[in-house]
Amino acid sequence: MRVHLLHTDRDFDSELALPAGAEDLARDLELETVWQAMAQGDKLVYEVARRATLRPLTDLDEIRHRQAILRDCLAHPDALHSLYTLAGEAIAAPRGIWGSLSSSPRSILDQSVRKLAVLATFLAQLRDAAAEHAPKLASPGLTRLCAMLAEELDCAYLERVGAHLRELKFKDGIVVSARLQASNRGAGYTLRRPREQGRLARMFDRSGYSFTIPERDVAGLRALSELEDRAVNLVANAIAQSVDHVLSFLIALRTELAFYVGAVNLAQRLHAKGEPTAMPVPRAGGAQALSAAGLYDVSLSLTVGPRVVGGELAADGRRLVMITGANQGGKSTFMRALGLSQLMLQSGLFVGAESFSASVATALFSHYKREEDTALRSGKLDEELSRMSAIADAIGPGALLLCNESFAATNEREGSEIARQVVNALLDCGVRIVFVTHLFDLADSLHRSRAADGLFLRAERGADGERPYKLIEAPPLQTSYGADSYRKVFGHDPVGSSVRWHPHS
Amino acid sequence: MEAQVSILFDLEPPAPEPVPEPDCFADLHLDRIVGWLLDRHEQYELAPLYRQPLHTVEAVAYRQAVVRDLERAEVRAAVGAFAERMRLMRRHLRLARTLHYACQRQRWFLDAVGVYCETVAALRESLCELELGSDGLRRIRDHVTRLCTSASFEALGEQAAGLQQQLAATRYLIHMNGMTVRVLAHEERPDIGGEVLETFAKFAQGAVKDYRARFRERDEMNHVEAQILDGVAQLHPGVFAELEQFCQRHRDYVDPDVARFDRELQFYLAYLELIAPLRAAGLEFCEPRVSRESKETRVLETFDLALARQLVYAGGSDARVVVNDIGLDGEERVIVLTGPNNGGKTTFARTFGQLHHLAALGLPVPGSSARLFLPDRVFTHFEREESIETLRGKFEDELYRIHAILEHATADSVIVLNEAFGSTTLHDAELVGTRVLEQLVELDALCVFVTFVDELAGLGETVVSMMSTVDPDEPAVRTFRVVRRAADGLAYAAAIAHKYGLGYETLKRRVAP
Repeated sequence: MRVHLLHTDRDFDSELALPAGAEDLARDLELETVWQAMAQGDKLVYEVARRATLRPLTDLDEIRHRQAILRDCLAHPDALHSLYTLAGEAIAAPRGIWGSLSSSPRSILDQSVRKLAVLATFLAQLRDAAAEHAPKLASPGLTRLCAMLAEELDCAYLERVGAHLRELKFKDGIVVSARLQASNRGAGYTLRRPREQGRLARMFDRSGYSFTIPERDVAGLRALSELEDRAVNLVANAIAQSVDHVLSFLIALRTELAFYVGAVNLAQRLHAKGEPTAMPVPRAGGAQALSAAGLYDVSLSLTVGPRVVGGELAADGRRLVMITGANQGGKSTFMRALGLSQLMLQSGLFVGAESFSASVATALFSHYKREEDTALRSGKLDEELSRMSAIADAIGPGALLLCNESFAATNEREGSEIARQVVNALLDCGVRIVFVTHLFDLADSLHRSRAADGLFLRAERGADGERPYKLIEAPPLQTSYGADSYRKVFGHDPVGSSVRWHPHS
Repeated sequence: MEAQVSILFDLEPPAPEPVPEPDCFADLHLDRIVGWLLDRHEQYELAPLYRQPLHTVEAVAYRQAVVRDLERAEVRAAVGAFAERMRLMRRHLRLARTLHYACQRQRWFLDAVGVYCETVAALRESLCELELGSDGLRRIRDHVTRLCTSASFEALGEQAAGLQQQLAATRYLIHMNGMTVRVLAHEERPDIGGEVLETFAKFAQGAVKDYRARFRERDEMNHVEAQILDGVAQLHPGVFAELEQFCQRHRDYVDPDVARFDRELQFYLAYLELIAPLRAAGLEFCEPRVSRESKETRVLETFDLALARQLVYAGGSDARVVVNDIGLDGEERVIVLTGPNNGGKTTFARTFGQLHHLAALGLPVPGSSARLFLPDRVFTHFEREESIETLRGKFEDELYRIHAILEHATADSVIVLNEAFGSTTLHDAELVGTRVLEQLVELDALCVFVTFVDELAGLGETVVSMMSTVDPDEPAVRTFRVVRRAADGLAYAAAIAHKYGLGYETLKRRVAP
């Protein structure tokens, strides 16, 4: 019995190591805010959301599988919540059952039989709840789950379970088969069903060889109970493992449902403040698709009161998206919106946009300037280079790399040259890059050499130096808008800014 | 009576009697080496074998040939398997002697016989497939072949196997109800555990915890098990009666020559096991060419086995063991060894003594090649740790001991004197040392004389001067390299002075720039 709500052909593995660079990505895209909004205090939801978003899918069918289930859940949150709650209650129920402190097979068996009896009642409830909701569900994933519960947990099956549990109380004693091993001791103890025999017949049965242990023979009683333990050892193990198996099925069910609980929570938060969401269109990797309308940064929207402004993007067929322009012109926000949407698409979630369509990336990486680093300049560059080197260890063709002010820790010429080499190498390897930079040398040279497969966006300067969060397709400008910011803060012109060293390649 | 078959002695083996530890063992750290050799091999009582050096070239060659065979992986595998199975057999026999219930004792005895028959047959089969170069192993092969084809051995094996099969096929049921236990003849009944597993198989979600209890398997059964076994015996009377008769009939079934081979084999295997990690760490061992006539000595890349073993076991493959060459040509007999402390003088002296004892045991010695004299005895005198009341007392004690050595040593002896007279004045040490050295030269014995008296190194044609050295760039690092060189007590002092900027010129400039 498999849940298969997050993958079409396997269970969700919540132990699996996260891919290289996942921590940086989470930090750079501010995923924490998104996970918190999904979890709403539920630790399981948080954990599943975290792991699912950081392990993006690459298979289009798998993405569509999750999207279909998500549509069902958004339309019928009551069905989702009733199954999620029942699974949770079932998992908690056996915790109240304690056996003796001994871990002998007899006591393990006794305890496990009682736990299974409780779990069996929950399995029946789960089956009934699934049957109730099944008619209104449309996704193959949920339909299959409901059908499986109905079929596998039918009355006949649960009756068989009950019969086992009764038999394991051993009303007629324990019968075990054995053979002689080295040393002429018994071995291979296997629990056998006693012959069907009336009570009376049993009393007068004199076959074989029998003896009775006197009550005062403490050592004999201990030996007898060890023999019983040996006799039930395998079946105790089987029953205890069955408890674990049933529990792990329930845990898998609850875990996979948790993802959708989180998705519904997030949608409700965004819809409550009037933000649009859209089910994105996943495209094959080779298509180099990337286009969006009304694209906004979900994590930003979750942290500010008013709605945030969305942006447009038409980068189909472009390997490189280079964003230049004014400081605080919305470059970083836009790139985060883009990265977040890509990640949400590949997790099977909706995105924060009116529409979004993108090719799936084989992996996502981010390389951001670390503002908070106060190390010396050379140390900062070392740190950046070593991070980029770690990315290079893990990245491959078809991946998407988000660079935010990379290699700005050194002077423009040096930084541009390093970045140019990195960018060109990666592009030629088939990596897709979104690069935010104020390195004019870099942007300008790439604009000339990568005109065919690059898209160059510029943070638009509004009238009177006002910042509209808007990007237009335009070649890089030689000056940035640092002077504006300076003036705004200092109230006077940055003296000497006009003689700032500008490199020309 | 047939001659005994031995892989240690080409002629009649010596009568077994206790052999005391030779005096030189502690000084040469041979006591440690033998201690390691006995480790995990206690049951074979090997100590006397390692304490008895051989005195003829033929006797040494007989063992060296066996070692050559045993150095081959396929031979090692064959005899190693034999030794392992014989240990198992002895474990069975121990239980067959010590357990309480007769039914159990008899079964262990039967299993011991079973193991023995298989083991001897397997040994014969594997030895017959091998090309054996040594007389020792060939004698064993012939003996085992005769043994295996004897009617009595064949009958023993068949009976044991037949009984084992019958017992292994014995099945029964136990019905426990309250305090009553009933043993029943076997009949097919459904397996409840299997059915339970099948019912819950659909929930399987990958690996789960194993809840099976691990029962302590005591050798001795308890009285409830014993009563059940009685019941089983009543249900199967024939096989249990047969078992009892078998044990009475075959009390002394182990062939004495097989038993001796099992023990003597360990003499070699223990040593080869000891040196295997050293070889893996890159150290070489070789079969020495031994002579009773020529005292020419030439050993390349040799080392102290005890020290190397410690270093390699402690440091794994990182262990740095320094190797040295030893050479005495023509009439050269005495090595006078001087040089800085901690430079490896004592290690070198030990190595020299170890080499001669190990070669006389017929074993491979440390080094890439070795030509050694086969001495009548190895004498050692190492400075004693134990306190003696006065310096004079200590000096006199040393003189007594050296005198005793000179009394007993012959021209065919090997003598190692380490830091003799270290506790006396230079003048006394030179005086007495010169005298002792003159007598050693006169004796014509092979000798290593470790001393701090440089002057001793220049005493005559047959005396060779060697020095321990330090790394010139890092004088504080001991190199343990000992080289043939005229004695020069100032070399180390100059090097260490330079390192600390205390050389003559340096110090002058520092004090008065």
